Amino acid sequence: MPPLKMNAVAWGLLAVFGIAAPFLVYPVFAMKILCFALFACAFNLLLGYSGLLSFGHAAFLGTAGYVTGHTVKALGFPPEVGILAGTATAAALGYVVGSLAIRRSGIYFAMITLALAQMVYFMCLQMPFTGGEDGLQGVPRGKLFGVIDLMQPLSMYYFVFAIFLTGFLIIYRTIHSPFGQVLKAIRENEPRAISLGYDVEKYKLTAFVLSAALSGLAGATKTLVFQLASLTDVHWHTSGEVVLMTLLGGMGTVFGPVVGAIVVVGIQNYGANIGEWVIVITGTIFVLCVLAFRRGIVGEIAALFKEVSPAATEGGEPDQPG
Amino acid sequence: MKRKLLSALICAALMLQVGATAGAATKASDGVVKIGVLTDMSGTYSDLAGPGALIAVQMAVADFIAKEKPDFKIEVISADHQNKGDIAAIKAREWIDREQVDVIVDLVTTSTALAVMKVAKEKNRITLVSGAASTPITNEQCTDINVHWTYDTYALAVGTGKAVVKQGGKTWFFLTADYAFGKSLEKNTSEVVVKEGGKVLGHVLHPFPAQDFSSFLLQAQASGAQVIGLANAGNDTINAIKQASEFGITPKQSLAGLLMFITDVHSLGLKTTQGMYLTTGFYWDRNDETRAWSKRFFEKKSRQPTMVQAGDYSAVTHYLEAIKAAGTDDTQAVMAKMKATPINDFFAKNGKIRVDGRMVHDMYLAQVKKPEESKYAWDYYNIRQVIPADQAFMPLSESVCPLVKK
Repeated sequence: MPPLKMNAVAWGLLAVFGIAAPFLVYPVFAMKILCFALFACAFNLLLGYSGLLSFGHAAFLGTAGYVTGHTVKALGFPPEVGILAGTATAAALGYVVGSLAIRRSGIYFAMITLALAQMVYFMCLQMPFTGGEDGLQGVPRGKLFGVIDLMQPLSMYYFVFAIFLTGFLIIYRTIHSPFGQVLKAIRENEPRAISLGYDVEKYKLTAFVLSAALSGLAGATKTLVFQLASLTDVHWHTSGEVVLMTLLGGMGTVFGPVVGAIVVVGIQNYGANIGEWVIVITGTIFVLCVLAFRRGIVGEIAALFKEVSPAATEGGEPDQPG
Repeated sequence: MKRKLLSALICAALMLQVGATAGAATKASDGVVKIGVLTDMSGTYSDLAGPGALIAVQMAVADFIAKEKPDFKIEVISADHQNKGDIAAIKAREWIDREQVDVIVDLVTTSTALAVMKVAKEKNRITLVSGAASTPITNEQCTDINVHWTYDTYALAVGTGKAVVKQGGKTWFFLTADYAFGKSLEKNTSEVVVKEGGKVLGHVLHPFPAQDFSSFLLQAQASGAQVIGLANAGNDTINAIKQASEFGITPKQSLAGLLMFITDVHSLGLKTTQGMYLTTGFYWDRNDETRAWSKRFFEKKSRQPTMVQAGDYSAVTHYLEAIKAAGTDDTQAVMAKMKATPINDFFAKNGKIRVDGRMVHDMYLAQVKKPEESKYAWDYYNIRQVIPADQAFMPLSESVCPLVKK
C-alpha cells in the first residue's frame, strides 16, 4: 500500500460527507458537529501536538461567541465581520491566558488555564451585555457579504463548512510545517529543544494563541448557527467535553478530534429515551476507550493501517499519547 | 505525571454532561396536533418539571380525547434540554422543521425558554412556558404567541414579601445569588417590603452556585433582621436553609424562600422548613378538585404534582380546547381564541391571558406546617391567603413588553 493512503481516504471521506451531510442529517445538527469538530481540532493542536493540556478552552469558545453575538445583534455588524471580531477577541484573550499559563507545565498549566477560564465564566455571568443566566438570544444570521442569505439552512451549512475547512487546513498546515515539528520536539523533550536553541516559550505561546483563535472561530460560528450565546459555552463542562472529544477520537491525530466530536455530539443528540443513563453509558465508553484502545478511534485505525503496510501513513499517525 | 494527568482527565470527563431524549419519530401529517414537551429530564429541575411534566401533558391529552372526542389526532413527544439554551434551540428547530410540532410546552430554566421562544416566533409556533420563572419572558423578550402560564419571580417575590411584612416581619436582610436572577428577585422583594412599611437592613451577595453559606449566614444573623430573604433558587436555597438551621439561626430569625417548590420542602423535610412562607400557583391539597386531579397524577408518578406540572396540564388543555373552538390549528387563530377564552379548571379560576403573554390567575400564600401538624404524606402547607389575580402579577402598566400599548 503506498504511503499517504489512509490520509487520502480520510480527506475523501471528509469531503464527501461534508458536502452530503445536510442531505443526510438535520443541517443544524451537522453544523453543530462542524463547530465542535473545529473546536476539538484547535484543542488537539495544543494537547496532541504541543503536549499542553488546557482545561479552560471553553473560555475562548464562549467569549468569541458572546462578542460575535453582541456585535452582530447590538452593533449591526455583518456576519463575517462579527465572526472576525469574535476570533480576534479570542486570540487576544489567548495571548493573555497563554502568557501566564505557559510559565508552568503539566497539572499546574491545566489548573492555571482552568482558573483563568473560571474568571472568564464569572465575567460572562456578570457583564450586562451577555444577559447573564438568560444568555444572548435572537442573534440575526444576516447576509454574508451582503448577498447570501444565511437564514437559508443550506447556504448557512456550506458557509459553516467553508469556515471549518479553513480552520482545519490552517491546523493541518501548522502541524506539518517546521513550526509544527518544533512543537512536537518540545512535547517530546523540552530540555533538549531548549538546548538546541529554540525559544520554547515563544513556540508554546504561538501555539496557544493559534489554538485559542481557532476555538474562538468555532465559538463565533456556533453563535450564528444557533443564533444565541449562552453560559454553557463558557462553562468548564465544555472545557471537559472537548478533552473527551479529543481523547475519544484520537489525540495527536489530524482526523481524530473530528470523529470524537461526531461521537460526543451524536450521543448528546440521539441519546435515546434513557435520561440520566446516557451519562453512565458515555462514561463506560470513555473508560473502555482509555483501557482498551488508548490511541482513540482514529489512532487505532491508523495503527491498523500501519500493521497492514509498514510504510507509515503520515496524517493519521498516532503520536503516542502516553 | 502524564499518568496523573490522564486520570484527572478521566475523572473530569466522567463528571460530564450528555443525555438527550429523542422524540418518537412519528411522521407528522395534516390533521395531527403535535405537542412537544421540552424540559429538564435528568438535571436539577427534573424533580419539579421533568418526567412529571410529560405525565401531566399526557394526562391532559388523554382527558381531552375522552371528553371532547376530537376529529384530529394528538401526539406528544418529549426531549431533555439539559438546561442548555443551545440544545433547547436546536431541538425546537428540529421539531418544528422535521416533525411539524405545533406547540412547545414546559420549558423550565429561563435561558432555554427565551431561546425556544425566539425560534418559535421565527417559525410561527406557540410556546407555553410553565417551568421558567424570570420576568423578561413577558417583558423585554415577550412575543405575541407565547404564554407564561404558572408563575414568575415577580409574583413569588411580591406574594411572599407582602405577606411576611403583614405578619410582622418588618426588618429584612437578603441573601442574594450574585447574578441577574438573584438581583432582580431581591429588587422586586425589597420594593414590596419598603412599600408595605418594612425596612431592608442590608444584603449580602453570594457566588452562584455556593456550597458554604456560613459567612453569609453569620452576616445575616449579625444584622438582627427578623426575616432573612433568600433571593436564590434550587440547591442554593436548599443549602442555605439547611445551614441556617444548623447554625441555630432559625427559628430565632425566620427565613423567606422566594423561589421554592413543594419538592424542595419534600426533600428538606418539615423539621427544617417549618414556618417558612412561600408563594405558589398551585397546591394539591387545596380543594376537592385539586385533590382529585393530584390523586390521578400521584397514581402515575408516586409524587404530588408541583405547580409547574399542574400548569402544564392546564395550559395544554386550554390550548387543545382553543383548537377545537377555533376549528383549526393555525397559530394565530388558536392564540386569539386562547386569549379570548377565560381559563376555568382545577388550576385556575377565571384565569386570563394578557397581551404580554402573562396568564394571570390567583396565587396562594402558603406556610409550611410544623411536623406535628402534618397528618399524612405530602401534607405540607397551610394556605394562609389567596392573592387575587390582579394583585399577584406585575401590572401591565409596569410591563416593558413592546406589545403593551401605553
